Amino acid sequence: MQLGELSDYFVWGTVTAYTIAMVAFAVDLSKVAEGARDQERPTFVGRRTTMLGVAMATTTLGALFHVVATVLRGVAAGRVPWANMYEFTLTGTLAAVLVFLGVNLWKEIRFLGVFVTLLAVTFLMVGLRGFHVEADGVQPALQSYWLVIHVGIAVLATGVFTVAFVLSVLQLMRANYDRAEVTESTRAKWRVALPASDRLEALAFRINAIGFVMWTFTIIGGAVWASEAWGRAWNWDPKEVWSFIVWVIYAAYLHARTTRGWDGNRAAWFAIVGYATVLFNFTGVNILFSGLHSYAQLPT
Amino acid sequence: MSELNVPVLGVGGWLRFLWRQLTSMRVALLLLLLLAVAAVPGSVFPQWDQDAVRTAQYVADNPDTAPWLDRLGFFEVYSSPWFSAIYILLFISLIGCIIPRTMVYAKALRTPPPKTPATLTRFEYREQVSTHDSDLDQISERVTRALRGRSLWPRFRVSMVDEAPGQRSFSAERGYLREAGNLVFHMSLIGILVSFGLGQMLEYRGQAIVQQGRGFVNAQVSYDTFETGSLFSDDSMPAFRITLDDFTSQFRITDSAAQDFTASVTLTEEDGTASQHDIKVNEPLSAHGASVYLMGNGHAPVVTVRDAAGEIAFSGAVTFLPEDAQYTSRGVIKVPDVSTGEQLGFVGYLLPTADFSLGAGRSVYPEALDPYLILDLFRGDLGLDEGVPQNVYQLQTNKMTQVTGNELTTAPVVIARGQTVDLPQGLGTITFDDVVRYAAFDVRYDPTLVWLALFSITALVGVALSLFIPRRRVWVRVREITPAGAPPTVDIEMAALARGQDSGLGHELHRVRDAITGEVTQRQRSRDI
Repeated sequence: MQLGELSDYFVWGTVTAYTIAMVAFAVDLSKVAEGARDQERPTFVGRRTTMLGVAMATTTLGALFHVVATVLRGVAAGRVPWANMYEFTLTGTLAAVLVFLGVNLWKEIRFLGVFVTLLAVTFLMVGLRGFHVEADGVQPALQSYWLVIHVGIAVLATGVFTVAFVLSVLQLMRANYDRAEVTESTRAKWRVALPASDRLEALAFRINAIGFVMWTFTIIGGAVWASEAWGRAWNWDPKEVWSFIVWVIYAAYLHARTTRGWDGNRAAWFAIVGYATVLFNFTGVNILFSGLHSYAQLPT
Repeated sequence: MSELNVPVLGVGGWLRFLWRQLTSMRVALLLLLLLAVAAVPGSVFPQWDQDAVRTAQYVADNPDTAPWLDRLGFFEVYSSPWFSAIYILLFISLIGCIIPRTMVYAKALRTPPPKTPATLTRFEYREQVSTHDSDLDQISERVTRALRGRSLWPRFRVSMVDEAPGQRSFSAERGYLREAGNLVFHMSLIGILVSFGLGQMLEYRGQAIVQQGRGFVNAQVSYDTFETGSLFSDDSMPAFRITLDDFTSQFRITDSAAQDFTASVTLTEEDGTASQHDIKVNEPLSAHGASVYLMGNGHAPVVTVRDAAGEIAFSGAVTFLPEDAQYTSRGVIKVPDVSTGEQLGFVGYLLPTADFSLGAGRSVYPEALDPYLILDLFRGDLGLDEGVPQNVYQLQTNKMTQVTGNELTTAPVVIARGQTVDLPQGLGTITFDDVVRYAAFDVRYDPTLVWLALFSITALVGVALSLFIPRRRVWVRVREITPAGAPPTVDIEMAALARGQDSGLGHELHRVRDAITGEVTQRQRSRDI
């Protein structure tokens, strides 16, 4: 069996593990509100349930499969495994899951689990079904150490933005729940176990700030590479345009936080729109527009 | 009914009002969003600057909407008045914001941290301890050391005030680099914009297509296309010469995927010294501040055309442009110098490795392993004498008659390498002598690139500092109480305040407390976000 095929099997294993984790996270989340009757304020900190344990264990197992799949892919292709859309999906999703597991070592964010695994499964399925190509070398235009740096940081930034995006969405859901004051509404009940919306906002900001610095580096690195390969640091190529738009919207987000009347929940919308542009920059720009970054290598 | 008391704003008042609006964060936010939205059309519509061919095609395909879009600048978004207006306003707003902030910051650097508030009880982060083993001076020393730290770079900037006999207070502040980073970041953005703008005025850019064994001189006339910025002067062009000695390419046998392109060149300086270099796609050659990039490559068939009288009418290599991964290349051979009869023109394809198994020929590999030329012949007036510059890759056929071609019964001329074929109607012969490689080079000179790089680095460092350096204030008040007949007691009260959210603030205060008392308390790590 080829290494590339073996990598694909591991990706399917990863998807399976994340799916089991997602179901377990969801079951646990549906029960978390029951705690609301017993205690004043249910919280995930110190929460020990079998379901949550299973969920975290399978997420970790999935992440291990994910790492193996990514490494095998790189070995099979003889280069870093982030040179086409499939690989970007593979590694970007891995980055998101690792950011989730990493931050969780430090702060309690298991309440994100169901959403992070949901996104991971979705992205990986789209990658496998829509973008998958055989592991292969790259054309001369991509043979540069900047592929490692520029695209590598872009992948990491995407993973970081993904986790921050989920936090921002939960922030709005929690704030909405607090505003509605429907304590007996069962469908939204789980939201009571979320941290307060201003705490979610604070964490989302810290993670988005890291993502923003990474994205700044991605753009600068890209400009240096463009200058080296094409003789133009900045040429308003569609990919450059949308990377710029992503950067401007996250910059607006950072400014909104410190602007009275635009902070808090309104700023969260900037982060959500920002994440939408990240996704569009990755998918829409590669598929819809032609430009110099047109080596997305979609299956034909 | 009383009159409404409307305050009257003079011209100066209005200007002040507008200036205050423009430099407000709210307007800056709005401009940022506008900038993001205004950038979108440039990715949706083809742009003259980026892809003139596709833009022209779009204009031709959409005769109803295109003229309006063109007039409104949708094909030149990034130099359009509306896009420029947004970013110029944004930068004015930015300058209007950072100048006062720089002055405030400069003042803050010169003044000690704000003095300790009279009461510290209102702060969320607060600590209170008492010691019996030391006097006021010893405690003061420990407080200072706890705040400054032992390193060369003090952790806190500390200012001490004797408030009353037996009572001292310390105000301390850290995180000055946060605002410095913020200011450096925004100034760097101005630097990037200015460098970029200057670069476009000072640059020159030339394109040369060079066949193997030939070369070009870095001079305006030597390039196929040449563009300069408005401030560029010819004197800044060093007259070096580049000769293409060899061009090698590697393709994968199974699917023709390109693996490597290398142009081996000789760079000859103005003083005659020559040196050998390899240029690759990601490895430009630096020559006198200019960079030489390998932008493309292809095959140039070498052909000899004899006219009806048997005289050599044309001989040489002709650049054909590859159109697919197999280097199926299209080109035009113009033969104006016939000794008798009409001028000749050929249009057609070079198939580097030809395969005729499916009937019509096609190329199955990009290297010239078994090259064939498939050409349509025209006779008549090439139109070269009209004084209008012509595209060398297009045949102007309006004054010519087609001799061979698809619509005609006469099959096109098909020639293998080394063959000579008689042209129809006794127009002469054509010989396909050989195929040579050619490379397309871009030469670019931009003296501001180093500034662009420098400001990019300061922008990156600045933004990281402004986001990750915490800005904290700590106040400590010590009071010595000496009850009669008892050892002196020193009460220590402290509080901490952060600019914005700061999850490390409580820990910072604990650290200071422990350093003062000499105790080591277990750090309470909260897993709550």
